[in-house]
Amino acid sequence: MMAGPGRPAVALYRALLRLYPASFRSDYASELTRTFEENVRDRGRGAAMLTAVADVVPNAIAVHWEILVQDLRYTARTLNASRGFALAAVLVTALGVGANTATFSVADFVLVRPLPFKDPDRLVRLCEGPREGGGWGCMNELSPANYRDVATSTRSFEAWGAFTGGDVNLVSTGEPVRIAATRVSAQVFPILGVSPLVGRVFDSTSVADAASVVLSHGLWQSHFGGDDRIVGTTLRLDGTPYVVIGVMPASFRFPGEGVALWLPLSLREEDFLDRRDTYLQSIGRLKNGVSFEQGRAELSTVFARLARDYPETNEETGFSFFRQRDYVFPRNRLMLLALAGASLCMLVLTCANLANLLLARAAGRERELAVRAALGAGRDRLVRQMLTESVALALMGGVAGVLAAALAMPLLSSLVPPTLPIASEPGLDRRAFAFAALFSALTGLGFGLIPALRVGGVTGFSAMREGARGGARRQRLRTVLVAIEVAVSVMLLISSGLLIRAIVRVQAVDPGFVPDGVVTLRTALPTPRYDDPARRANFYDRVLTNVRALPGVEQAAYTSGLPMVLTGGIAGVAIPGQEVRSARREGVGIRFVSSQFFGALRIPLRRGRDVEDTDTPNRALVAVVSESFVQHYWPNTDPIGKTFEIRSQTRTVVGVVGDIKVRGLERTNEPQVYIPAKQPPDSGLGGLYIPKDLVIRAPRQGLAIVPAVREIVRQVDPEQPLSNVRMMAEVVGDQTATRTAQLRVLGALAILALLLAGVGIHGLLAFTVAQRSREIGVRLALGAQPSLVARMIVSDAARMAVLGVVPGLLGAYAAGRAMSALLFGVRPADPLTISAAAALCLATAVLGSVRPALRAARVDPMSALRAE
Amino acid sequence: MRDEPNSVDDLLPLPAATFHILLALAGGDQHGYAIIQDVEARTSGDLRLSAGTLYRSLARMVEQGLIVEVAKRRTTADDERRRYYRITPFGTAVARAEMRRLTELVRLARASGLTPETA
Repeated sequence: MMAGPGRPAVALYRALLRLYPASFRSDYASELTRTFEENVRDRGRGAAMLTAVADVVPNAIAVHWEILVQDLRYTARTLNASRGFALAAVLVTALGVGANTATFSVADFVLVRPLPFKDPDRLVRLCEGPREGGGWGCMNELSPANYRDVATSTRSFEAWGAFTGGDVNLVSTGEPVRIAATRVSAQVFPILGVSPLVGRVFDSTSVADAASVVLSHGLWQSHFGGDDRIVGTTLRLDGTPYVVIGVMPASFRFPGEGVALWLPLSLREEDFLDRRDTYLQSIGRLKNGVSFEQGRAELSTVFARLARDYPETNEETGFSFFRQRDYVFPRNRLMLLALAGASLCMLVLTCANLANLLLARAAGRERELAVRAALGAGRDRLVRQMLTESVALALMGGVAGVLAAALAMPLLSSLVPPTLPIASEPGLDRRAFAFAALFSALTGLGFGLIPALRVGGVTGFSAMREGARGGARRQRLRTVLVAIEVAVSVMLLISSGLLIRAIVRVQAVDPGFVPDGVVTLRTALPTPRYDDPARRANFYDRVLTNVRALPGVEQAAYTSGLPMVLTGGIAGVAIPGQEVRSARREGVGIRFVSSQFFGALRIPLRRGRDVEDTDTPNRALVAVVSESFVQHYWPNTDPIGKTFEIRSQTRTVVGVVGDIKVRGLERTNEPQVYIPAKQPPDSGLGGLYIPKDLVIRAPRQGLAIVPAVREIVRQVDPEQPLSNVRMMAEVVGDQTATRTAQLRVLGALAILALLLAGVGIHGLLAFTVAQRSREIGVRLALGAQPSLVARMIVSDAARMAVLGVVPGLLGAYAAGRAMSALLFGVRPADPLTISAAAALCLATAVLGSVRPALRAARVDPMSALRAE
Repeated sequence: MRDEPNSVDDLLPLPAATFHILLALAGGDQHGYAIIQDVEARTSGDLRLSAGTLYRSLARMVEQGLIVEVAKRRTTADDERRRYYRITPFGTAVARAEMRRLTELVRLARASGLTPETA
């Protein structure tokens, strides 16, 4: 031993040795320390210490590396020898990692990731809303006057910009097309802080910008071949020439996906006159250091003042204010969270399954491991080697999982809400790969650690003695793992079942019309070209007459908005002799329709008559109302012949029709008023109300009729594009598209979970039977009936299933409560769903036990006894 | 975690440290620090193996079957037990093969007119 002065140096050296792997340390630490002491003696403390540092660090790394290479080589050999096991492990991991990578990528994309703008956290959106607050998203658009007052009087914001949507007809070479456009005030681009790829954006100081246009990357590529010389060229939009001043980068989307170009929004003085004329949305940027809540507080003062100053229009006007980042339907958010939760369950299941696989394998290798331990392989070394094997398996599974995620991604794209300025389909990128790596590592450690520690814990001799009968404790552990698998499958099954019930319920909602056999398409007439109502009437008449003459067409009509597509379009009404009601609180849905509209959609006519071609401006002004309108304003009286005022005109009710689900299957709807398209209000029709959607009932032709319609429209107006060609049934189907997408993913997870649980039960029982063959042999030899033995195995399976079903039910109930907003009234404790799921699990368990039970019954007593 | 038995040729060429350790053990069993000193003396101080390199090499050589650990024994009364290493017949065969390889190299070098003096 060293004398006193060397002691601290030796302690330091011992600490340094911890860099070596434990197995190497336990072999050589004392030798190394001795050598170090001799070095200190021969060469002095300082020199010895310096050499030691330079010596230990690279050598420790080298030893770790050598062990890793050795373990990997060993892993490759053992896995090659048990390919079935390796394949199963990799596939199961791929499943867990794939599901998680895909759902977390989408959730991250939608809920977490910063938007592709400058300082996106400070971007806020403003609309009008109910005075008392509440509601979600943009409740009502802003009137220009209210917008201007907010923009000029608030101090918490750097800037405000206004925008409004609107499609335009683009006539370039070839077919005229209808494209999505947004009109933006000059402040919008600077607020978003994204520079154009080519050229420039709008400039508030330039008057000439009134006739300029900024293109999206997509339109630039698809229509102009990505030509750099596009700036300065002229486009004809809705018949008016615009000069291209810039092109935005491909990642730029505003206010959402699909906007093909941006036009300048310029407000004239007369636009500020009517505070009821609301058509703007606003985006603002909070000043640095000002919180969202401070911004909201200031806005509420401003809107309170506006309500005081302009009680006639603003008394009930409040505002809706939200972060741009948060513009995600609560339901979409919940769906994503539910899927993320399900994926995490899947990860737990994956780990449990793999741990079981590995435990079974470890049991088979116990003798080998014990022999190696006896030959001097340290416990640390064995654990490390087992972990290397499981992590290697997990990484292989991870790579396969990323492939699976890439395949699953398109399935999830309908979960991306259209309200966010992001791409509609998230790609797999670095973050996704980071997720995958993380999940793989978690899985590898999760399923590798338990068996590794178990094996490491078995001391050499006892394992050799026990042989393959190693311990009831492991059996218990494996039973718990199988129970976890069953619990997770029950949870996923019940959640999917509840969502299936919800979808069935939504789909069972009667929309109030019959969508089947109806083709819809849009001919949006551009202004100012079609400002004259007579010119429009001429267009509709000619198109409708010719379309109705096509073979197979039963009815055809124009409307200002398709149900479930145009969900707004609300107006206030005044009933003679009744108190004036607020348009905000008690609006009615207003639609301008041609004749045959009700027939084409099979909306039942309850009383009176349909809208007719003879309802022209010089005849009496009429309207058809829905049943709920009658219920609301004239309960229990005959409404025909009664009058009411809408949009400053008095109209006579001539007919009553059934209500339809204008806003969608899952929402409550305002009463509906239908006005003949040929009797527009004196003030003219805003863009929203000009009839544009053609509905054609042609049950035999379906979409095959579209070319003929296209030809008819071309003959009436060669510059008029057709857009939005769809079957009406598809429009209704969209109502459940997001739900269906979510369910498909969740359902797939649930089925896989069930299969895995079944395989888990089967594996465990098969193993048990093999282990207990001697005991079973003795029982049979002593006269036990084989059927009794088989029943014992089956009841083992049932016991495991019950062990998992009970916690699974509790978990499922909690999950069901958490997502009750998605359930459309189905109770989380829906007895049908729960009993079906539990029955399915039990059935799977029993099925999984059939083969092991048969094997147990066929154990030959003599050979089982001889084998020992 | 013993690798599959190696054939002699698989291990050639030997790392310098390994060859020197084999040479040191060819003369009899030795413990770690003695090997370092032996190598240093044999090379007139040109090669001083660091402790880390030595034990890492020893660990690998045990794995490869070139050497074995022999029962620990006391050198002097106050000394702790130390690990001694012994060259195996396989180790000797490998050392011989390495020697042949080096001799052949030297022969080739001489045949091409290269002499150490002109280096």
